Amino acid sequence: MEKWEDNKAWFLVLPVFLVVAFSAIIPLMTVVNYSVQDIMAPGQGIFVGPEWYREVLHDPRLHEAFLRQLIYSFTVLAIEIPLGIAVALTLPARGWGVSACLVILALPLLIPWNVVGTIWVVFSRPDIGLSGVTINELLGIPYNYTADPMDSWLTVMVMDVWHWTPLVILLCYAGLQAIPEAYYQAAKIDGASRWAVFRFIQLPKMRGVLMIAVLLRFMDSFMIYTEPFVLTGGGPGNSTTFLSQFLTKMAIGQFDLGPAAAFSLIYFLVILLLSYIFYTVITNLGKGVAK
Amino acid sequence: MARIVLDDLAHSYRPHPAGPDDFALKRIDTVWEDGGAYALLGPSGCGKTTLLNIISGLLIPSQGRVLYGETDVTRLPPEKRNIAQVFQFPVLYDTMTVRENLAFPLRNRGVSPADTAKRVMEVAEALDLVAVLDAKASGLSADAKQKISLGRGLVRSDVAAILFDEPLTVIDPHLKWQLRRKLKEIHDRFKLTLIYVTHDQVEAMTFADKVVVMFDGEIVQIGTPQELFEYPEHTFVGYFIGSPGMNLLPVTVEGDMAAIGSSRIPLPAALAEKARAAQARGAKLELGVRPMYLGLEDAGSPHGAPARIQLVEDQGDCRIVTVGMGEVTIKARVPEGRAIPTHEARAVFPPEWTRMFADGRLIK
Repeated sequence: MEKWEDNKAWFLVLPVFLVVAFSAIIPLMTVVNYSVQDIMAPGQGIFVGPEWYREVLHDPRLHEAFLRQLIYSFTVLAIEIPLGIAVALTLPARGWGVSACLVILALPLLIPWNVVGTIWVVFSRPDIGLSGVTINELLGIPYNYTADPMDSWLTVMVMDVWHWTPLVILLCYAGLQAIPEAYYQAAKIDGASRWAVFRFIQLPKMRGVLMIAVLLRFMDSFMIYTEPFVLTGGGPGNSTTFLSQFLTKMAIGQFDLGPAAAFSLIYFLVILLLSYIFYTVITNLGKGVAK
Repeated sequence: MARIVLDDLAHSYRPHPAGPDDFALKRIDTVWEDGGAYALLGPSGCGKTTLLNIISGLLIPSQGRVLYGETDVTRLPPEKRNIAQVFQFPVLYDTMTVRENLAFPLRNRGVSPADTAKRVMEVAEALDLVAVLDAKASGLSADAKQKISLGRGLVRSDVAAILFDEPLTVIDPHLKWQLRRKLKEIHDRFKLTLIYVTHDQVEAMTFADKVVVMFDGEIVQIGTPQELFEYPEHTFVGYFIGSPGMNLLPVTVEGDMAAIGSSRIPLPAALAEKARAAQARGAKLELGVRPMYLGLEDAGSPHGAPARIQLVEDQGDCRIVTVGMGEVTIKARVPEGRAIPTHEARAVFPPEWTRMFADGRLIK
């Protein structure tokens, strides 16, 4: 009998519940709904069950885009994380240099993403761009990011590294600053080498921060859209069409809502799965080491 | 082995010190004998940690020299000196087991695996860590972790001195005495010089053979706990040591008596003569007596000086009585069972326990 009184608290949750339902749950259910229907025209749909899922999963162009995306994400992670740690290790701990370095490093993060793409478009143009002209004229290497797939890949990756490494640097720097001085003092007395200090003190203590950095960078790079779209528009042919652009082309370009809905759910689940794997691996790296 | 000499040492954290206030350490000239157990005692901010870091090499002093035996080690980095330091909170390598933690300093110095294993076992036995040798160091309790930190210092056979920077701060109170006893055992067994920094006088007095009291960047007194208690050379030592600290009353000397207000306190003749000489020089005189020696008698007694009982605090095994004498309040420590007068009383100052200070320094 007394329990009924406690239930009144649920009414306080109702407004939030309505807002979330309106903005997230109902649209999500709509997507699920579309993914199992063939939509001829707005309002006219035939139930087709798992047909879209089957078609999407067997689409060879999807497999190519997925592979491209994987290579892109892992390469970019493999460059940005070690580079970020290395730069964070060199930043000063005290004094006016700290603010100066952090502000300058954070500048790329403040630029709107489509502007980042535009900056690199102009920068890399072989006729008027600083980088394009330098590589072609001064270094003598033929470089054209609109014509050559390899060049466009390289340019997109360098742009991503330029844009996002500062995030890793800032996170790692915060992690490093949290290490008390006594650890370095004890390591000095123990006669530890610079590498030993990094491996046994700094890296383990940065584990939490690195996990955030890896997860953030992975998720963002796996969903990347604006920058490569502005820079290459998908690349010469399909060569820099990553997953999100593939999805958009399908949904908006071809106005095929059924397969697009199915694909977005698959996309979501893939990101969820890979993030979970990263998280579990990094958390258990700390626990399993000494066994 | 490790007779540590500090010669004309001073240190300032500022690059261009202007006056004495800029110096964290003012003038330090001392000798730490080989194999001694020293406590470095003082309030927060008095320079104890600075001094410790200079001795261990983590800090290079602005002026002066540090000598180990005959060798000048002032600029020698810590890993080349044969010292170890234990910090306020346990400093461990989290990813390693206890065994690997203990072996780390030896591996860095290129000691053979066989010798390393033997030495690690020896130290683990001395510290009762054998049971947890293969456990991960990060999962242990705080006192085990501090023992591992200590072990990393002991494991090097060339270590001659161990420096402790308030190591028992994070340990539970009921484990502190166990660790202190363990430290004494280690001291007896390995015959090392131990320098133990603390602001807790009970820890200092129970641990050390000699206590070094520091205040405001200077060493104020070095002595055994007994000497510090009975003959404090500075009013600060009198006040800091003892709970509650020594009572200090501003007095003038008239003949063989110390005068405060209208009260007269008898002094031993020799002491009174020296006090009069100091007074003639213009020194400010203070009379000091420890609460446990201050006597309280009934108002009708012919001894002592008139006083008023203000407050009685029962501490279980004794009672602390706050007594007013004119404008000054002093405290007496009365053992359980003895009667305390109410309201009016007489404060009795035993001459053998009465000390006189001129400008803060003991008149001997």
